[in-house]
Amino acid sequence: METKKAIITVNNLVKKYDDFVAVQDLSFEVYENEIFGLLGPNGAGKTTTLEIIETLRDKTSGEIIVDGFSVDKQAQEIKQIIGVQLQAAGYYPNLNLVELLELFAGLYGADIKPMEMLEKVNLQDKAKARYKALSGGQKQRFSIATTLINQPKIIFLDEPTTGLDPQARRNLWDLITDIRSNGTTVVITTHYMDEAEQLCDRVAFVERGQIIALDTPDQLIDNLVNSGFERKKEVKKANLEDVFIHLTGKEWRE
Amino acid sequence: MKQYSNTKATLALAKASFRSIMRSPSAVVFTLAFPLIFILVFGFLGGGGTHIDVGIAPNSDVNNPVIGTLEKTGMIRLVKNKSQADLTRLLEKGNVDAVIDVHRKINSVAYSVNVAYTSASRDKGGILKSVLNNLFYDKQLKPSVAEIKESTVEGREYKTIDFILPGQLGFSLLSTGVFGTAFVFLSLRQTLVIKRFFATPVKRSSIVIGEGIARIGFALIGALFIILLGHFFFGFTLVHGALTVLNMLILATLGVIVFMGFGFIISGIAKNESMVPPISNIVTLPQFLLSGTFFSIEAFPSWLQPISRALPLTYLNDAMRKVAFEGQGLWDVKQQILILIIWGIGIYAVAVKVFKWE
Repeated sequence: METKKAIITVNNLVKKYDDFVAVQDLSFEVYENEIFGLLGPNGAGKTTTLEIIETLRDKTSGEIIVDGFSVDKQAQEIKQIIGVQLQAAGYYPNLNLVELLELFAGLYGADIKPMEMLEKVNLQDKAKARYKALSGGQKQRFSIATTLINQPKIIFLDEPTTGLDPQARRNLWDLITDIRSNGTTVVITTHYMDEAEQLCDRVAFVERGQIIALDTPDQLIDNLVNSGFERKKEVKKANLEDVFIHLTGKEWRE
Repeated sequence: MKQYSNTKATLALAKASFRSIMRSPSAVVFTLAFPLIFILVFGFLGGGGTHIDVGIAPNSDVNNPVIGTLEKTGMIRLVKNKSQADLTRLLEKGNVDAVIDVHRKINSVAYSVNVAYTSASRDKGGILKSVLNNLFYDKQLKPSVAEIKESTVEGREYKTIDFILPGQLGFSLLSTGVFGTAFVFLSLRQTLVIKRFFATPVKRSSIVIGEGIARIGFALIGALFIILLGHFFFGFTLVHGALTVLNMLILATLGVIVFMGFGFIISGIAKNESMVPPISNIVTLPQFLLSGTFFSIEAFPSWLQPISRALPLTYLNDAMRKVAFEGQGLWDVKQQILILIIWGIGIYAVAVKVFKWE
């Protein structure tokens, strides 16, 4: 990254539940217009960290600044400049996609044309469909559409590709890359390392509420290789996913 | 940055919620279908076997052949031992169909029969009239009956629908308020819809108010539909026409706001959706049965009546009937309104404590 201006600064973040420390002393920065990945096993504290930055959860201690606003005092301002896709969030029942987007436009106080939003995520054919009737990939793309309504500076995507087939996953990567090209900073969590490697400019590994590594994917791999690590098996020039895509086509189906 | 508008957010929520309610089969069934079915059933049952209730004026001569013969017809029930004032009131409401006063004429063996009918019950008055005419021409009685004087008291016809419809309306408002609110907030919480809302700048109050506007709007449309259907198809009495409807809708709004409080409480204490119906029934069923929805609470045993008089729906039903049939204004039912408001304050005090956002 050429410009390394931090848009999110997290300092010494701690989150304790009764007898459980979910996040301990976490510090990192997210740069403007990068795709930042939070990686780690389930229960490592990724979602908790995201939700504290999104002002959805209180922290125990620490300091977080999002585009110059403090989560403690300016939660309302932060909400207006971020877009949030939650893991497993539902949408208002009995409404079609256009109506849901109208609802969110009202909630954000934004003037949008629902059909244009749907076109951005290639769902214009599903305008009259209910959210429940969508496929997994469509649901995620719709969720991303709702995060873009307020033209946010930052969007947070919590495991957007979990449970999707390879085509839908690649399709979503393209969408996320496009969003970044339009000037939006993206913070994403994922369990898929190939995804992080392809998509993220920088990644942080979170384990037991702490960051154990933070760098570009390339640098992290180089570091490991330099330490003398070797894969047990000779790496082939393609992997099984490449075979899958090759056989079933890149074209994405519902 | 553009100024954020809470009003716009609230209205967007109200619109979304209203659309959702209109497409939810259970809301439509509870609010409209159930009450309408009961109204239909009772509307048609209304008639039943014919009895004519005839009041005996307090100073009337009782031991005379006229009343004796009337009793023998089997169709006439005599109402005795009422004061003249009571009888007049009953007559005006149509609770007795006529009042009869029989005197022996001075210096004569013949009797003079005074009959007062009521316009509240013209059909039955007509039957009584022909019964009396038969008496008059009856050969055996003729020498003893000298004359029949008749008059008609102006009163309103009180039909079964006039009792049933306000009760069903109250029940409809109760179920819309309780079930609808409880289900919606529980499911919005469980499916993380509310959490997603919280990631937008919307205020909590906007969510509650928006949802409230939608539900009140839906309940009022349902109420209007029930009232108009009752009026045009079953002759439901609206004393002052549109003004009465307006007063009823104002009462309906108050009622549904109070009942929504129960819904907020239930959404807070229910752990999952299958717990909503049983808890809701604990709230709605006793009121359905005991609040004068089907029967006047005066018909209940005396030990049960204090329970009835403690329930909010009792007062809503009572106020509705007074406004619709007796043509009273809202100020005349201020006592009922006050009790509903006290209930509302109590319910919302609890709701604030037990309601959960996530």
